[in-house]
Amino acid sequence: MSAAEEVVEGHQAVEAVPKRAMTLGTGTSLVVLAALLIAPVFVKNFIIFQMTMLLIYGLAVLALNILTGGSGQFSLGQSAFYAVGAYTTAVLMEHFNVNYALTLPIAGIVCFGFGFLFGQPALRLSGVYLALATFALATAMPQLLKLNFLEHWTGGVQGLVVTKPDAPFGLPMSQDMWLYYFTLVVVIAIYIFSVNLLRSRSGRAFMAIRDNEIAASAMGVDVALYKTLAFGVSAAITGIAGSLGAIAVQFVAPDSYTITLAISLFLGMVVGGVGWLPGSIVGAAFIIFVPNIAEGISKGLSGAVFGVLLFLVIYLVPHGARQVAILGQQLAGKLRKN
Amino acid sequence: MTVARFQVAAVSAALALCTAMSSPALAQKKYDSGASDTEIKIGNIMPYSGPASAYAAIGKAEEAYFNKVNAEGGINGRKIKFISYDDGYSPPKTVEQARKLVESDGVLLIFGSLGTSTNGAIRKYMNDKKVPQLFVASGASKWNDPKQYPWTMGWQPSYASEARIYAKFVMKEKPDAKIGVLYQNDDFGKDYLKGLKDGLGAKASMIVLEDGYDTSEPAIDEHVVKLKASGADVFLSITTPKFAAQAIKKAAEINWHPVHIISNVSASVGGVLEPAGLEVSQGILSASYAKDGSDPQWNADDGMKKFYNFLAQYDPKANKLDAGVVFGYAAAQTMVKVLQMCGDELTRENVMKQAASLKDFEPDTLLPGIKINTAADNFAPIEQLQMMRFKGRKWELFGDIISSDLGH
Repeated sequence: MSAAEEVVEGHQAVEAVPKRAMTLGTGTSLVVLAALLIAPVFVKNFIIFQMTMLLIYGLAVLALNILTGGSGQFSLGQSAFYAVGAYTTAVLMEHFNVNYALTLPIAGIVCFGFGFLFGQPALRLSGVYLALATFALATAMPQLLKLNFLEHWTGGVQGLVVTKPDAPFGLPMSQDMWLYYFTLVVVIAIYIFSVNLLRSRSGRAFMAIRDNEIAASAMGVDVALYKTLAFGVSAAITGIAGSLGAIAVQFVAPDSYTITLAISLFLGMVVGGVGWLPGSIVGAAFIIFVPNIAEGISKGLSGAVFGVLLFLVIYLVPHGARQVAILGQQLAGKLRKN
Repeated sequence: MTVARFQVAAVSAALALCTAMSSPALAQKKYDSGASDTEIKIGNIMPYSGPASAYAAIGKAEEAYFNKVNAEGGINGRKIKFISYDDGYSPPKTVEQARKLVESDGVLLIFGSLGTSTNGAIRKYMNDKKVPQLFVASGASKWNDPKQYPWTMGWQPSYASEARIYAKFVMKEKPDAKIGVLYQNDDFGKDYLKGLKDGLGAKASMIVLEDGYDTSEPAIDEHVVKLKASGADVFLSITTPKFAAQAIKKAAEINWHPVHIISNVSASVGGVLEPAGLEVSQGILSASYAKDGSDPQWNADDGMKKFYNFLAQYDPKANKLDAGVVFGYAAAQTMVKVLQMCGDELTRENVMKQAASLKDFEPDTLLPGIKINTAADNFAPIEQLQMMRFKGRKWELFGDIISSDLGH
């Protein structure tokens, strides 16, 4: 047996991504799920709304995590996909009276196509160059949405108001609570899909490309296909997050989807831990709540306070929430032994 | 938590009953969430961070003004608690902050939030919740729609009002004018253009060319050349500062000297006219509704004396040259006026009712003669402006205060 074969064999023998490296243990997952299920019963509608936004941004961060953590491609253009998803839903709901739930898969498909197409030219770029190309997409998107010939549909600068759905079947719950549970179901479904995707053949191909593109192609991975596929899947999930966001916020406007959003999502991914899917929610919590905390500390210097907090996180736990989780696990293990 | 709140509610209801029985005079006091015997909670959302953070001066001036009112004893003995949050000019964040103010902080109303799309994002929510969204800091004309949105009201003159005033001016001063319009191709420019056409009415044919430009264009020279070629002798420049300066410069370069009117948005001496060149800017027209804090002609003015004293005492760090400070002061003063008119009936419904019954109210920092008037079917508080002409290094007001009403 040659050395090369040994390496290949070795890869196949070990699970490409150990389950624990990507997800939480079953016990922990169930506790988190239970908490997410029960919490809304005890809190005000405003908090439920914030939790919904947490799930939605978490979903968008997860999508970026698949792209960057999974296939190793950078994107600063997620806000563009988010915007396309949001506008797809808003236009379908307000101009065509399509049911809100149906708009999600449509937004997903539209964004998949959009992401897949964008992935084609992106193939030639890597690293910082790809980040720049996607950056251009993010800066262009708000202006594209204002274009004259689209204005009839998009409402131009004024944006579109989206009607919030009531709970179906006469369920005795507020709109906010219904939307929260609806979002939760969608997010869990996509989370499970993502975990399985990354553990599947395609996921292993993503990660092979991430670790070493040449080696991956030598092993027979169709690099071009899988790179664009990763873009497509990531865009589709971001688009669905955008749809949910449009329904929760009840409003879409070009100003909502600027480059700031893309950078926030990127930040959320880094804080949550690149490649660690549960970290997406932690990252989303960071980008939603930390600015509020910073504002509470100093209104005039909220940006600076936010920067200091971010710096502390990066400095103390460079691998984000994943590192904290691993530390916690080790600590729990030690305690158990004692 | 729900149970606890119930008890509190029950106790306070019992207390209220006791006081009501002991002194019948107090029985008229009526409160909604956010108002009490000692306090009125006012919410506000401002872009303290992000691309529009220059406008944060408005929020700070408003806060300082409420501090002044509190220091002087409050409104009918009630102190104002001004809760102002940052939305970074991002509509989804505005929704979050508005919900926080209404549902978590329990404010009586939201006052003076800044921005067109940010306020557009919360308008439906505020109207569904029946919480006043008062004196929106945006020049869009859509805030004056009491039929559809009875809980939302603007404050400053809308772009359309301003354009109607230019239409009136041109029809009076130059009835045979040929008007060339350069407009920014967005909601700001289109609001203006519509106002201009409404104002001209049957004489809309006076417009010989309307030429739109996009903010993404690096320079608008071609448009100016085109407008000159159209034979226009009145040039209405509906532009934001950078483009207004370019247009002034270009017109001078190609030796075109029409009656040049620029929108109030771009009427900044330091930001537009100086960069364009003071010499070529002589004689340019615009309109205004507020006093200019940097103009010495107001030094002896009673209103501005009050304003300068206020700055010295409550907001010493504010830049009096910043139009936002003058704006915030006048808007906060209008808010206080409405709350005073509410008396002891501090319900959301009464706040809207009083806000819609302002009669000839004149804030200290608005031009003399500009009066705030509202009615149940008129949610546009300021509808008057005065024309001004650039001379030397400053604007000179001339003519009467012009109302934008179509009728007269």
